[in-house]
Amino acid sequence: MADNFPELFDTRGLRFAIDDGFSWVVTNYGDTLERMLGPLLKLLGAMEAFLQWLPWYVTIAGVALLTYSASRNLRMTCSAVIMLFFIGAVGLWNDAMATVALMLAATAVAVVLGIPLGIVMARSDWLRSVALPLLNIMQTLPIFVYLIPFVMLFGPGKIPAILATVFFAIPPVIRLTDLGIRQVDGEVVEAIVAFGATPGQKLMKVQIPLALPTIMAGINQTTMMALSMVVIASMIGAGGLGYQVLQGIQRLEVSRGLVAGIAIVFLAVIFDRIAQSYGRRAQKHLDNGE
Amino acid sequence: MTASDVKIQVDKVYKIFGNRADDAMAALQAGAAKAEVLHKTGCIVGLKRIDFSIRRGETFVIMGLSGSGKSTLIRHFNRLIEPTSGRILVDGCNIMDMNAKELLAFRRTGISMVFQRFGLLPHQTVLENTICGPILQGVDQREARARGMEQLELVGLKGFENRFPRQLSGGMQQRVGLARALTTQADVLLMDEAFSALDPLIKSDMQEQLKDIQARLKKTIIFITHDLDEALHLGDRIAILKDGELRQVGTGEEILFRPADDYVERFVRKVDLSRALYTHDAFAKVPVLTQAQATGDRTTALLRQHPAVIVVHGAKLRVLTSAEPDRANCAASIDATATLGQSFPLLADQEAIVVMDSGAPVGILTREMAFKALSRSHGAANKLSPASLLPSPVA
Ligand SMILES: Nc1ncnc2c1ncn2[C@@H]1O[C@H](COP(=O)(O)OP(=O)(O)OP(=O)(O)O)[C@@H](O)[C@H]1O
Ligand SMILES: [Mg+2]
Repeated sequence: MADNFPELFDTRGLRFAIDDGFSWVVTNYGDTLERMLGPLLKLLGAMEAFLQWLPWYVTIAGVALLTYSASRNLRMTCSAVIMLFFIGAVGLWNDAMATVALMLAATAVAVVLGIPLGIVMARSDWLRSVALPLLNIMQTLPIFVYLIPFVMLFGPGKIPAILATVFFAIPPVIRLTDLGIRQVDGEVVEAIVAFGATPGQKLMKVQIPLALPTIMAGINQTTMMALSMVVIASMIGAGGLGYQVLQGIQRLEVSRGLVAGIAIVFLAVIFDRIAQSYGRRAQKHLDNGE
Repeated sequence: MTASDVKIQVDKVYKIFGNRADDAMAALQAGAAKAEVLHKTGCIVGLKRIDFSIRRGETFVIMGLSGSGKSTLIRHFNRLIEPTSGRILVDGCNIMDMNAKELLAFRRTGISMVFQRFGLLPHQTVLENTICGPILQGVDQREARARGMEQLELVGLKGFENRFPRQLSGGMQQRVGLARALTTQADVLLMDEAFSALDPLIKSDMQEQLKDIQARLKKTIIFITHDLDEALHLGDRIAILKDGELRQVGTGEEILFRPADDYVERFVRKVDLSRALYTHDAFAKVPVLTQAQATGDRTTALLRQHPAVIVVHGAKLRVLTSAEPDRANCAASIDATATLGQSFPLLADQEAIVVMDSGAPVGILTREMAFKALSRSHGAANKLSPASLLPSPVA
């Protein structure tokens, strides 16, 4: 069937060029890149092994403590404990820990890269005007698009999974770091500069502390996005809860998919609450100086 | 004014906000007005050819309506804002030529600032805020805290050092800002509407304190205010800005009684003259005699030429007037540097009071003299031209 719209340009040439260029990168630099990312893989492996080695009751106690210290809310803490207990009880503990490890590693990388990028962006209006549309595109691209280039580069496995997750999850932390720093009261910044603060002191003593609640909101969003991406990434061999969902679909076992799905939701709820409570505490600290 | 008297010299400073500063400068040089420049180039003229100097140890007040460029101008002195063209010399050294290190040192030790909206760090305590200067200077914590406490006590905030700025009222926060500025011991103090947020009582308290600090430490103070009475009270000289242009620089008296143009005249019209005029503007010099010299013949002779004679009798001062040559009234006294308003309560009780100059009687001030001085000045300040009665054109 002929296309309705006449083909005005021949895109084949361009497409081939892109594909060839990419293959060239893969053949020439694939190994180097993989070697460079070795430490990341090691970190992830160690985290996964640690979380799976840790006795479940210790993990639950740890999460309970974290939730309580952030929220000072007993009900929230109890529900976090019950949810984790459910995940263990239905036999998904190890999968859940694999997912958490991947998510934490990806979030950590996203935060470590994203906050400095946000800081740089807050310094230049020009950079912001270039970066914002780019971040918008990154956030609206279908999740699967991220998987393809990374799988091509590294083959299926944990490295492409974590990289795709980082790419997908990094925009909020960059955006909100930039926003948070720009929102800091100009006169407070001026004051510290007027008393002779260096640019570094200005950043560490005023801009970051005052932008912290907003940055925390960014980290929260990044965490959530990382979690959702980690599930998708199981398709390329990341394992974890997402893999259970995938198997459920493949084998038409609705129950398996459903239970794993619920476990994912529970993890999301727990992390969201912890991150939000921390954000609120940071805000409160600023407001009342407690 | 000799060169060594000048602390800060502002040399043909222009400030243009916007991307096309060059075009805007060219337009300004060609004589375009602020609105025209904005229309043509999209740039805002912040300051236009500002040229004046500030003397060492003087309190220099900058006045002008909202948006006239006061904050923009004061921020040039510590380079929070950099001029589009022109030079700013502090102690003869152009601050625009300072490199990053010199600028840091200058800001840490040479100049300090009180901000219009306080600019306190919300996550630090009052004391931590106060010692921000010394800490940046590298003074050790203990010494810095001691200095901070001293300044906090001076501004009446002892006991609040461990509170956070949010827990303080606006006026208290402003006093923290003042304490912070004083703690650096810099000899130039920039104050951007530092007292505007204070209630009248604390405000006049702080004004006295500032005068006191000025008398003791001889700082060079640049003070922005909207309040003409405050400007006249504190300022050795006053500058009036309009739309980024300097309209007049002069002493309070010059601004009040010899306004450079209609704008300045309208600006000063509402002033409270009793606070703007001083006793020495109104009093009359009269002979001063000791008790022994004050024989009947002599006083009668003197009273023919003078409105009164002062007779010093130990610590008591008596005034003989030509109206009542036989009765020597015990008189209250007032210093020649006091405002005329300060003499009103005394004049309410008696017809004439003695005016003292550095502790010695020099003349008298009568009700009539006070009223005459006020009405004479009132006439000068209110010599309205028809044009100045019209509402000012909106710029
Ligand atoms: N960063 C900036 N960018 C563009 N325009 C500015 C900037 N800062 C100040 N202006 C403009 O410069 C002019 C003077 O502003 P400035 O803040 O100095 O006024 P001000 O005299 O301090 O007023 P107020 O009494 O309200 O504090 C205003 O027209 C303002 O719009
Ligand atoms: Mg201002």
